[in-house]
Amino acid sequence: MTELHHLTLAELNEGLRARRFSSVEITRHFLARIERLNPALNAVITVTGEQALAAAQRADRLLAAGEAGDLTGLPIIHKDIFCTDGVLTTCGSRMLSNFVAPYDATLVERLSQAGVVMLGKANMDEFAMGSSNETSWYGPVKNPWDLKKVPGGSSGGSAASVAARITPAATATDTGGSIRQPAALTGLTGFKPTYGRVSRYGMIAFASSLDQAGTLTLTAKDAALLMRDMAGFDAKDSTSVDTPVPDYVAALDQPLNGLRIGLLKEFFDGLEPRMATLIREALQVYERRGAKLFEVSLPNLPLSVPTYYVVAPAECSSNLSRFDGVRFGYRCENPKDLLDLYKRSRGEGFGAEVKRRIMTGTYVLSAGYYDAYYLRAQKVRRLITDDFARAFKQVDVLMGPTSPTPAFDIGAKVDDPITMYLNDIYTIGANLAGLPAMSIPCGKIDGLPVGLQIIGPHFAEAKLFNVAHGYQQDTLWHKEIPKGYE
Amino acid sequence: MMSWETVIGLEIHAQLATRSKIFSSAATAYGAAPNAQANLVDLGYPGVLPVLNRDAVRMAVKFGLAVGAQVAPRSVFARKNYFYPDLPKGYQISQYEKPVVEKGKLQIMLDDGTIKVIGITRAHLEEDAGKSLHEDFQGASGIDLNRAGTPLLEIVSEPDMRSAKEAVAYLKKVHTLVRYLEICDGNMQEGSFRCDANVSVRPVGQEKFGTRCEIKNLNSFRYIEKAINYEVARQIEEIEAGRKIKQETRLYDPDKGETRSLRSKEEANDYRYFPDPDLLPVVIEQAFVESVRGTLPELPDQKAARYVEKFGLSAYDAGVLTASREMGDFYESVLAALQAKNLAGHEKLAANWTMGELSAALNKDNVDVTQSRIDAARLAGLLARIADETISGKIAKEVFEAMWAEGSDADAIIEAKGLKQITDTGAIEKTIDEVMAANPKQLADYRSGKDKLFGFFVGQVMKVTAGKANPAQVNDLLKKKLAP
Repeated sequence: MTELHHLTLAELNEGLRARRFSSVEITRHFLARIERLNPALNAVITVTGEQALAAAQRADRLLAAGEAGDLTGLPIIHKDIFCTDGVLTTCGSRMLSNFVAPYDATLVERLSQAGVVMLGKANMDEFAMGSSNETSWYGPVKNPWDLKKVPGGSSGGSAASVAARITPAATATDTGGSIRQPAALTGLTGFKPTYGRVSRYGMIAFASSLDQAGTLTLTAKDAALLMRDMAGFDAKDSTSVDTPVPDYVAALDQPLNGLRIGLLKEFFDGLEPRMATLIREALQVYERRGAKLFEVSLPNLPLSVPTYYVVAPAECSSNLSRFDGVRFGYRCENPKDLLDLYKRSRGEGFGAEVKRRIMTGTYVLSAGYYDAYYLRAQKVRRLITDDFARAFKQVDVLMGPTSPTPAFDIGAKVDDPITMYLNDIYTIGANLAGLPAMSIPCGKIDGLPVGLQIIGPHFAEAKLFNVAHGYQQDTLWHKEIPKGYE
Repeated sequence: MMSWETVIGLEIHAQLATRSKIFSSAATAYGAAPNAQANLVDLGYPGVLPVLNRDAVRMAVKFGLAVGAQVAPRSVFARKNYFYPDLPKGYQISQYEKPVVEKGKLQIMLDDGTIKVIGITRAHLEEDAGKSLHEDFQGASGIDLNRAGTPLLEIVSEPDMRSAKEAVAYLKKVHTLVRYLEICDGNMQEGSFRCDANVSVRPVGQEKFGTRCEIKNLNSFRYIEKAINYEVARQIEEIEAGRKIKQETRLYDPDKGETRSLRSKEEANDYRYFPDPDLLPVVIEQAFVESVRGTLPELPDQKAARYVEKFGLSAYDAGVLTASREMGDFYESVLAALQAKNLAGHEKLAANWTMGELSAALNKDNVDVTQSRIDAARLAGLLARIADETISGKIAKEVFEAMWAEGSDADAIIEAKGLKQITDTGAIEKTIDEVMAANPKQLADYRSGKDKLFGFFVGQVMKVTAGKANPAQVNDLLKKKLAP
């Protein structure tokens, strides 16, 4: 028999329905793997074993009664940015190291209602600020492909968990590439939906106008399965969009003949040759399926990183003001007055990268600097969005690399924020424009995975799944398992 | 000595009478146990998001239409960032660059009866903060977040007022208006209606404004007038002593009757306003504006004009009777009741009694007209007896007092107390004969030319009839009988 942890969500669902195994068996299997493998990975902060088994038992009853949906009984790990009722929700920060959320995020609630079994909460960069998972108060997450390497960030815990097969799938969030970059660095399918497609309610805010919840899975099909239940309007999130959710799974096998693929000139300029070769090879797979390639230029795209590092810190500086030691979270010992309470609670509760961004954000919003930074960044954001809109008049999807390099060493960039920020150079554009985007594994360099990024127009989720699924029908990169985790 | 002109602009905070908060589903009712009406959104918990209460927007639009303002087709909520324990999120959601209402105006009547137009720069929606409680916690402070997230409409005037009296007149006008519109209960004690005043002085004739101070904590009409007058005197004194006015925020202390510096401009927060990314711009369609326009009641100025035109009241009386919607309603109910008795043409009488005896009695008992012990029908019953000359105006006051005390009809009291006016000519003549017989000396004096004694005889007749004789008839008959 195939090992349970080699199966995708779709395959596990099939097996559950065929009664080849039960949800309790799957759940026990993954909980055991977490127990054995997580200490070296540091990918999971909280394991919710008892709750998971209770949920699995409920799922098995539904399966037996023939009342199960496609996700019933399937295990998942949630990024620790999502509030989970009665469960520690840390956001990777000392600030929330004692915070037991009193409610479920909409995404968590929807997946629970669909019968998903939560195994635990994944480690992450503190407040999702980082590209290497080294900023977590709970310590760095290791990349299962090489424990000396970073798994990417900020959803590094989610990515390492799925790559190490200690969960078949994980939820994640993407503000500037936090799903796609870790997916690329760990050989997974990472999906970021259109801004507004998945409710942000209960997802601890980093940069509200950029944050979007998505998935880390083994295949595009699994992402489509999860997204069917995650997506949709939520009255509790004013920025969620009230348009119908198509059946993403049903659209997976559409032919790709005639697909117009735009190659982002700006993404290929100066790309590392081995990376460029792998991307070109991936594009050939599409050409063999009848797709047509076009070169596309987005002249304002190179401004993505500076634009992002104004907008995101500005929003974060305000979003993180609520962490003041007054109502919840970390509070310093024996504050002598109000100012001391604020200063020490925040000074001790937040890590260096979070403080750096709060300070940057506070600066760009200050009187006298607002127009020069924040307002100008918003204008550039508009230009970048317009660039994408023009491109999508000519092509159906855009493709390019997800990350400039494969996984780098832990500690290599942590003291050099600018170099670290440049990791997100290819992913940030989609966030600024609110576009759906994904990363799928398309090869390896020196034994480390590399990702192909696919960006689509607003609400083209179904198209992206279809395009990624087609590639995964013809290739095996997504089936590779890191050594030691087979 | 130089003469000074005062310049005042007001920022009024009117709490909107929505059932739930502006961005959460928690209730807004006043007086609940601390923090009983604060949900996760109000507490600023991690991950929660604001959702705009449509009713608050409707109320803001209603106000905008009532002051002839522009309703912005697209307005934006911004975050005003500062740290304070009763501000849970570390920012207040308010409107900054793009308010929902702009460029309105309101008329006030000055003491000399002239009308002055006060400009309304803008009115914007925002959430209230919570309350810090510094007593009863042994060195610590308590925080009550029931008020956090309560919807406010901040109404900002132009610096158009030139005296504390004008400021109070404007404030009262806005107070009347928001209650007419049923968008704010106007309760100043509970803080539902409060204001800050921007006050400056300049030499008469100078165009440029002087440096202004903002006075906070003004929560009664009386305090506002006192605070402004104090502040104006202080500023003039400062300037005349050769000192400069510093732009600052000052707090009014009602116990000491003075304002004192709270913080200077330099100490003011940099609020780092920026558009709230959690909320979409508020888009208001013309159809929505029109539907709100359809719900506008007759406004105070329109009502007052109707009273002047249709009922022949003075502008002053019309202003008093329309100062609250309830007072106007009461007055018109009295008229309707008189009409039902086929007694037309007594609008002035009804106005005098509503503004006079009734208002005095309400004030004395410190109750609202809706809680009046004499309802409109009963007051009309009393006025009907004046109109049909059953009782005189003087007796009517006595009847009114009895009605107020006993809560019964005018007729019942007139009957029980035998207060019915004597209009029978024979009966009055008989009384006059008796009075003449009892006062032969005065009669002789009068007939020998002491005209002043006519009043004496009127008084005697009224005394004998306990004031019930019809005064006009007494006059006529006395003249005839006393004639030599």
